[in-house]
Amino acid sequence: MSPTQLIIKELADKYGRSREHLLPIMQGVVEHENYLSEYSMVEIAREMDIPAAEVFGTATFYSFLETQKMGRYIIRMCKTITCAMKGKSQVLLAIQDMLKIKIGETTADGRFSLMQTNCLGLCHKAPAMLINHDAYTDLTPEKVREIITEYMNKPL
Amino acid sequence: MATSYQLKRADFIFKNENDWEQVLSKILNRTSQDLINELISSELKGRGGAGFPTGLKWKVASELEAPEKYVICNADEGEPGTFKDREILERVPYKVLTAMVACAHVIGAKEGYIYLRGEYKFLEPELEKVIDEFEYYLKEINFDFKIRVFMGSGAYICGEETALFESMEGKRGEPRNKPPYPTNYGYNGAPTVINNVETLAHTFTIFKYGAKKFYDLGVQYSRGTKLFSVSGDTPKPGIYELELGMSLQDFVFEFGDGDTKAVQVGGASGFLVPRKKFADTAIGFQGKLTGISLPTGGSMMLFNSSRSMYNVLDNYLEFFREESCGQCTPCRVGCQQLLLGIKAVKRGEKPASYLDKLLSLTETMQVTAKCGLGQSVANSFSSIVENFREEMIY
Repeated sequence: MSPTQLIIKELADKYGRSREHLLPIMQGVVEHENYLSEYSMVEIAREMDIPAAEVFGTATFYSFLETQKMGRYIIRMCKTITCAMKGKSQVLLAIQDMLKIKIGETTADGRFSLMQTNCLGLCHKAPAMLINHDAYTDLTPEKVREIITEYMNKPL
Repeated sequence: MATSYQLKRADFIFKNENDWEQVLSKILNRTSQDLINELISSELKGRGGAGFPTGLKWKVASELEAPEKYVICNADEGEPGTFKDREILERVPYKVLTAMVACAHVIGAKEGYIYLRGEYKFLEPELEKVIDEFEYYLKEINFDFKIRVFMGSGAYICGEETALFESMEGKRGEPRNKPPYPTNYGYNGAPTVINNVETLAHTFTIFKYGAKKFYDLGVQYSRGTKLFSVSGDTPKPGIYELELGMSLQDFVFEFGDGDTKAVQVGGASGFLVPRKKFADTAIGFQGKLTGISLPTGGSMMLFNSSRSMYNVLDNYLEFFREESCGQCTPCRVGCQQLLLGIKAVKRGEKPASYLDKLLSLTETMQVTAKCGLGQSVANSFSSIVENFREEMIY
């Protein structure tokens, strides 16, 4: 068994193999591998005994279930109105400048991916972003540089 | 002009009350009919934005005979400018859980879920701890009810109740046709009561202090208090609990920065109110006597005169274009065409009269789109284009 197959089997044992457990299983795989590869979607389909097209169709609906290879730390910058008004663009420029990647790209070492996302529900502390599941608020270019530096020193 | 009310602050939701066990045991000793009557007489309406009477919802679900019933707490708070539900789950989760158990008692459900949006994953560990406390207590008193957290994965449309069920069933979050309504045919086809986080928190207040206390606040048709998420050009962004029925003028007087040009009430799917209409607009549910009254899920975004309304609309439309589930044509194509359309007018590729064509497109979407997302694009689009037409063109 490949490591991916093992993860999927463990998740299916934990949650169950009926259709309503598809989302938790996919989330679990993303937790381990940062994204859903074609291979893992086919394996999920096999494990749950449903068509692979159904898995693919469901996965691509949700913006947090990426189907492209992603970095270890996914930066999701909020682009909705209040964050846009409160200087999201400058923060985004600072990140791009620091990591030398554009929106939608992943750094060469596979550490960071940079994405934009819709309202994070942190409008009163705009601009805001998520790095994986952690929220960072009241961002400024200076503050975001410090945060990214911290992540640069974390284990891959 | 609407009657002028001073802003009336209240403090129920976030008041820390460490007595949920007593409140819950009192609730469980009352009959289901008694609790429903109390809720109905409080006139509590759903706080997610749609405003359906909560007591009625519980009543319908309680009258149905079914082997399985579910209680679901809708914590897929995705409307731009809304952040109250996160704060409730962070600070007073036990109120929401108490209300869920109360609902289970009333309708006879054995399972409950909190559908938490993916963006709020950081709330999950603490929430699970409180759920464990509840499960322990329920086991002690032999009450058979399990609560689980179901994580979403970043889709605005899953806040629509039927799309939320589809998502929980492991499918694409595409809204279903209504009717049947969730109280008859919800999660897994079983009768389901689905309430917003804030609605459930208010239920705790009503059961603890009695319906009268709640009913005495607010105005006719809009009883009680409501949490408002205030953001944008304001010196004091944050969450405030206010009585319903206030005039927007008073609101702006309190929260504006002195230069407020417009307020977006109810998020991107709500209405934009320009300065000249502040005094005529009240915040509450629509009633026969209240004049212009705007319901809201609690999102209040203020814009001052430095903001271009074109940029605001552009941002909203991009949001809708991305979040449209793509199931029905009016919404899928409509959102794209509206965005292309205002860009073309701005660049001078289309005449100003093209805006009228776009307005009639939003009317079509309003009557033909399958769910609230496509139907409500017309709200912000028409209120911005009609009030700030020149900013769309020049």
